[in-house]
Amino acid sequence: MLTDSTGAQHSRQRDLASETALRGTPETENILQTVTKREKEQAKGMKGDLVFRYLTTCFAFSILAILALMLYEMTGESMPSIRAFGWKFVSSSDWDAVQGVFGALPYLYGSVVSSVLALLLATPLSIGAALFITEIAPARWGTIIAPLVELLAAIPSVIYGLWGVLVMAPWLQSTVQPFLIEHFGFIPLFQGAPYGVSMLAAIFILMIMVVPIITSITREVLLAVPLSQKEAAIALGATRWETIKMAILPYGKSGILGAAILGLGRAIGETMAVTMVIGNAPNISLSLLSPAYTMPSVIANEFAETTSKLHGSALMEIGLILMVVTLIVNGLARLLIWSVSKSANGGAA
Amino acid sequence: MMHGMAYRKAKNHLMNLVMLACTLAVLIPLGLIFFHILKMGVSSLSLDFFTQIPKPTGEAGGGMANGMLGSLIMIGGASLIGLPIGILGAIYLAEFGGSKVSTVIRFGADVLSGTPSIITGMVAYTLLVVPMKGFSGLAGSVALALIMIPIVLRTTEEQLKMVPGSLREASLALGVPFWRTSLKVTLRSAMSGVLTGILLAVARVSGETAPLLFTALGNQFWSRDISQPMAALPLQIFSFAIAPYEDWHKLAWAGALVLVTVMFVLSLTARFFGRSRHSG
Repeated sequence: MLTDSTGAQHSRQRDLASETALRGTPETENILQTVTKREKEQAKGMKGDLVFRYLTTCFAFSILAILALMLYEMTGESMPSIRAFGWKFVSSSDWDAVQGVFGALPYLYGSVVSSVLALLLATPLSIGAALFITEIAPARWGTIIAPLVELLAAIPSVIYGLWGVLVMAPWLQSTVQPFLIEHFGFIPLFQGAPYGVSMLAAIFILMIMVVPIITSITREVLLAVPLSQKEAAIALGATRWETIKMAILPYGKSGILGAAILGLGRAIGETMAVTMVIGNAPNISLSLLSPAYTMPSVIANEFAETTSKLHGSALMEIGLILMVVTLIVNGLARLLIWSVSKSANGGAA
Repeated sequence: MMHGMAYRKAKNHLMNLVMLACTLAVLIPLGLIFFHILKMGVSSLSLDFFTQIPKPTGEAGGGMANGMLGSLIMIGGASLIGLPIGILGAIYLAEFGGSKVSTVIRFGADVLSGTPSIITGMVAYTLLVVPMKGFSGLAGSVALALIMIPIVLRTTEEQLKMVPGSLREASLALGVPFWRTSLKVTLRSAMSGVLTGILLAVARVSGETAPLLFTALGNQFWSRDISQPMAALPLQIFSFAIAPYEDWHKLAWAGALVLVTVMFVLSLTARFFGRSRHSG
């Protein structure tokens, strides 16, 4: 850009010099005209560049503006509820739209329990699957399974929910839950009646949904492990498992952690599938068999038909909490994954 | 490491089996989901599904034609809003942006794409539904656009960065203004990759349900007016799946089959574009 404009200035000075020297004859008039025409075109191009620059800058910064606007709107709309309830909003479990009393504890509890347990189940499975795809299976299997897993990560959550509520929940109700009650009923986690739609159903569906995400990111992290790292272990006579344990996993540790946290972010914000299988009852119960409720679910169910301004504001505050939590969780995950890809690049160079 | 070779080999085999079991545990539920969508979807799909609107409660038959039309309109609207912002923003990041500013914007885009989609619905509600005093297809489009922008921005930027600098320099040396170089040379040579990103973004929003719950709201009848509540295929799948009627469940399965097919076609087309760029 800079060199362009100085170049144009130089040529303009030269043109001006020749202009004064050649003024008068008809041929030079002609030449002058074409020169000024070209100059005008150049000036137009430069003006175009300026407009283009401003335009693209505006659009790029609009991302930050959107984020700021989202936070501003959510905070502003939550203010009435924040003022009315303060910290009691997150410590109380009274949620009564008729009385105008709102406490979000059951939703917080449901969100935390469902996503953390889903993640605890999903992470080892995903790491195992990613290791199998990258290290054990023949390369051709990997090229089939890996895109398949990525396609699965793109299935809309409403379809997981449809399958969850019409296939999985009835199956849980008729086989898994009676089995758990009969054989493990002495543990508080598995007490109560088999409802089908329950915390357990939500945990399972979330696990099924986040597994493809964690698997595909873990796979990328594992592929970034330098070959020399593996070769060193193999040269020392390590078996395949020992290579994985000593050379590959330690190297990809923080990247895999990042993948798991990214899965957590997805699980916390997951709305449709959970709403369809969790039973939507604001209980705080130790039993995984009883219905529960999560933050996104209560927004999905109640936001379109709020009974009062305060009700809407309370739901907004839940949304704000949800947004801040996912912001922190995703930011953390990105930093971890970035740090790995950076160090991998550094190692290669 | 003081164990004998036989023990180490046995452990190796055992862990191989564990990893195989993990892979199966990942693939089996997903396989089951596909199996059920295919089985239930094919048996419930009929021509009526594509031409009829839902019948009142209790009557058999009907389809989701209005939902498919509504989804098309809203995805079109979201593309009109989201694509220019995403693509031009990406040009800024790839061509002008200083490294610090770009990092902040990139991070912002990642954060935006990580926010739960129901939040974009809430924001579109306060920005459009409240001032316009009613649910509308337009609000749905805006909510979907908020999801598209970061995806398009990031993929387009990656593609623009892969265009060799010599191509830009050649165009500039011929006296082509920078803005025309960006649009006609840089963007055009990255076009197949950019298209891949656009298709993936469209595929992503075509299945989104949560942001539409309190923006487009849904509609039981034909709806073409974007200032009015509008039907959408994912919304219909949701409300029919949780309704207690067997007939409606069938329609929901048929809808799921159509949605998954559309998304797979989009993803495969995207992959095709992505591949043709590498070979060409």
